Amino acid sequence: MVPVSYYLILSGILFTIGTVGILVRRNALVIFMSIEVMLNAVNLTFLAAGRYLNSLDGQVIVLLVLTVAAAEVAVGLALIVAIFRSRGTTDVDEVNLLKW
Amino acid sequence: MDFVVPTVDLGSIAPALLVLATALLVLVGELFTAPGRKGALAVLALLGVAGATAKSFLLWGQSETAFGGMVALDNYGLFFGLIFLIALGMTVLLSVRYLDQMDMDHGEYYVLLLLATFGMMLMASGTDLIVIFLGLEILSLSLYVLAGFARTDLRAQEAALKYFLLGAFSSGFLLYGAALTYAATGTTNLARIVGFLAQAGVAGNPLLWIAVGLLMVGFGFKVATVPFQMWVPDVYQGAPTPVTAFMSVGAKAAGFAGFLRVFLYAFPALSVDWTWLLAALAVLTMTLGNVVAIAQGDIKRMLAYSSIAHAGYLLVAMASNSQAGVSAVLFYLVAYAFTNLGAFAVVVYLARQGQEALELSDYAGLGSRAPLVALAMTTFMVSLAGVPPTAGFVAKFYLFGAAVEAGLVWLAVIGVLNSVISAYYYLRLIVIMYMREPSALLALAESTVGAIFKI
Repeated sequence: MVPVSYYLILSGILFTIGTVGILVRRNALVIFMSIEVMLNAVNLTFLAAGRYLNSLDGQVIVLLVLTVAAAEVAVGLALIVAIFRSRGTTDVDEVNLLKW
Repeated sequence: MDFVVPTVDLGSIAPALLVLATALLVLVGELFTAPGRKGALAVLALLGVAGATAKSFLLWGQSETAFGGMVALDNYGLFFGLIFLIALGMTVLLSVRYLDQMDMDHGEYYVLLLLATFGMMLMASGTDLIVIFLGLEILSLSLYVLAGFARTDLRAQEAALKYFLLGAFSSGFLLYGAALTYAATGTTNLARIVGFLAQAGVAGNPLLWIAVGLLMVGFGFKVATVPFQMWVPDVYQGAPTPVTAFMSVGAKAAGFAGFLRVFLYAFPALSVDWTWLLAALAVLTMTLGNVVAIAQGDIKRMLAYSSIAHAGYLLVAMASNSQAGVSAVLFYLVAYAFTNLGAFAVVVYLARQGQEALELSDYAGLGSRAPLVALAMTTFMVSLAGVPPTAGFVAKFYLFGAAVEAGLVWLAVIGVLNSVISAYYYLRLIVIMYMREPSALLALAESTVGAIFKI
């Protein structure tokens, strides 16, 4: 059996990939996908920990997280579409009316 | 195998449920109100607020947990609930005329405000990391939409996108913190985390430290501490003004409700490690918020930086990690809610059809044009700066008093120095209102109108 620490390390790596993706990519859609990678890293942690601890909590929580992620997709894509319609780009560097 | 039907204690989250029910009623009512008459929905929303407020007072003093320890009914949650309801009620009142003027009179606006409040109340009464997270998400998703409610306005779109991307990013951190807490302690329930830490101790559990760090980043984003504050000015400036008012009070209070409950209640065992971190964040947040606010020419942006500074003051009390600190935060949030909502109310009041008075220079000569409004704005600014005898002064006195009691005298001193810096930009607005003439263009426009009338 694969020890639980492997899963935790893998989810840590996935989370880092997601974070770095958000910080370096400039396309709103790709940033959004990176957020999803982060959330899935969290899901993996919950599942691995739940299995390791022999508790169902972790798996139930994953369902809740998936639901929240789906709701986020609905709002996020709508915003990105609205931005694209009015500006013809989803590059976050070009969305820069507001700054000090 | 015995099957025990879990108890459903709806009574203990009744105020939040009333808000939710009102949201659904308004959503249905939206279908039956003609365009241009959405003000009726505002009345319905206010009735819901009144009902939830009354229910909160009826439940006051009770203390119990419900839904298997996921939610607690206690004065802490009810008190925060009342702050949210005040913010909601005042925001609804601010919005009716504003929505009409800005041509975005849609009933969904009130639904989203009510749903956001429901999320806030859930967050304040949640005693499980997952319930707190769900409350936070309900709140955030509603606010993402509200920030971009003027959907053809480029600035509003931009504010909504920035808020969304950074909000979702920070939710990821918060959730990863919850996941690692679960991995380290075997539970996400705050009471059981306390039990686990009391039994097993904190040594030899490196995951726990990472988890606490991630939770701190997540909450830090939500309450806008430096270095996680960069979204605040943009979002506050781009969002519709009543929504900004609601966010600056409600969302911030909700963030602190979760932050306090998680750190002071569940992780006191690690307090040696996080109090100094919070103290450092407090210093950075206060100083950056106040110093950058001085340079702002847009009033919403100035109030945004001022709200960052106020988050810093609240962190001062939190770093003191005591009962007195919690009471000080609660009191401060009430005082802050009224003054900040009031300041935004003046901004909304001065808005005209399709355009708003957002530049500081727009406020020149307000003292003679509209003396009462200028007087109200003066009171709010003086209170935000913390000058006696206003509520802001008393609240700050409690905050810094809690820090001094906890032995953080240096932190209180830095807080007081920061209040002095903040007085500069608050008082500058007062000076502009009373001592500066309106700009030449405006004067010209008025004299032209006068000339036309004479002819």
